[in-house]
Amino acid sequence: MNFTLLVVMVLTAIVLVAAALTIARLVSPRSFNPQKAEAYECGIPTRGGSWMQFKVGYYLFAILFLMFDVETVFLFPWAAVVQDLGVAGLVNVAFFLFILILGLAYAWRKGALEWK
Amino acid sequence: MFDFSVVTNWVHGWLMSLMPEGLAILVECILIGLGVLVLYAVIAMMMIFMERKVCGAFQCRLGPNRVGPWGVFQLFADVIKMLIKEVIAIRHSDRFLYNLAPYVVILGSVLAFACIPFNKGVEVLDFNVGVFFFMAASSIGIVGILLAGWSSNNKYSLIGAMRSGAQMISYELSVGLSILTIVVLTDTMQFSEIVERQADGWFIFKGHIPALIAFIIYLIAGNAEVNRGPFDLPEAESELTAGYHTEYSGMHFGLFYVAEFVNLFIVSSIAATVFLGGWMPLHVPGWDGFNQVMDYIPGFIWFFAKAFFVVWLLMWIKWTFPRLRIDQILHLEWKILVPIGLANLLLMTVCVVFGWHF
Repeated sequence: MNFTLLVVMVLTAIVLVAAALTIARLVSPRSFNPQKAEAYECGIPTRGGSWMQFKVGYYLFAILFLMFDVETVFLFPWAAVVQDLGVAGLVNVAFFLFILILGLAYAWRKGALEWK
Repeated sequence: MFDFSVVTNWVHGWLMSLMPEGLAILVECILIGLGVLVLYAVIAMMMIFMERKVCGAFQCRLGPNRVGPWGVFQLFADVIKMLIKEVIAIRHSDRFLYNLAPYVVILGSVLAFACIPFNKGVEVLDFNVGVFFFMAASSIGIVGILLAGWSSNNKYSLIGAMRSGAQMISYELSVGLSILTIVVLTDTMQFSEIVERQADGWFIFKGHIPALIAFIIYLIAGNAEVNRGPFDLPEAESELTAGYHTEYSGMHFGLFYVAEFVNLFIVSSIAATVFLGGWMPLHVPGWDGFNQVMDYIPGFIWFFAKAFFVVWLLMWIKWTFPRLRIDQILHLEWKILVPIGLANLLLMTVCVVFGWHF
């Protein structure tokens, strides 16, 4: 595990963006026009901001994602040792997955997977 | 096989003989950072050029052909054009988050890029939990996209970012499950180890049927995770102008564009590494002469050939199928790919535990 290189990579990413934006700021033209700073919306002035109450139609998927992503996190360490665990590992994880699939089936039956 | 760590060890020894240890390590870190930076930029430019040419070929056009032989200088023209466009700051945006978003998107992309083993001994971040780190790093990009959409204060951006978020988190699950299938087979999460285990045949050949199913699921889900192909509705230009980067211009936009193309390369190269053997040459057990000949071809040529083959496959898909609707995309993921992925994982476990081969 080499965490120095991880820090180096984070710095590389920051340098990449900062360098690209600095070069662009240096060589690109600057001209001020109040129209330019308006939000883009088919040419007519915008009505109202977009920081309003917004129906996030996908929050159910986000919740389901949370459940299944945590499941994947649990499965990764299991997957690395399953060959040593043998049949016991298989039975345990089959039970674990069975409970999760019940959850997915419930969400499916309840219509949470329909986009509304 | 050519081992690149010979070169890195030589550089390390040479620097140590010239200067004290701390300084030598600092110089090495700067060299690695610059190397990754240059490779990242070059691959982004190559991908943009390839996209133009492949798209042209699939639509029976020539693609760029005016600037230099076969239009190869088009890629420099693209970069220069991107640089000399004005960077516009819009008035009612959340300035801090608006400027932060490209950093977050590029950060996720660079961290995932650093996990790729390009050759024997050429992998910057070779963690023993490499697969896990790759999954974590590649999901940082979603945060950047949501930030970009929210901070622009534009309805197109907001809707685009929300769609993108829903789609990317959903398909990340299938990417995880299909890579998990291979982790079960190899019992390691280190990318270099995964490649080493494929010395006697790539996993797509020796991984039985579950590996093949996982490869197909990975291709579909990976394509959807980078918002491309038939799944590019976060930036469906006919409905949302440009999706989450509507308000970004010039180099600001260019960074999102570059990250998107490099993410396509990352997805393809992980597919090549995990399923197609990475830098490992084509080996057939028992054919010693054939294996010897294949070993003469350097590993990075094998790697780039496989990675660009998968890129080409994904571009073919992109220019062949029409765009899906959002409910069709979520239906495909949650009702088809996730159940198949879970069943496939169990099938692979059964194969591994009982040692079945079919």
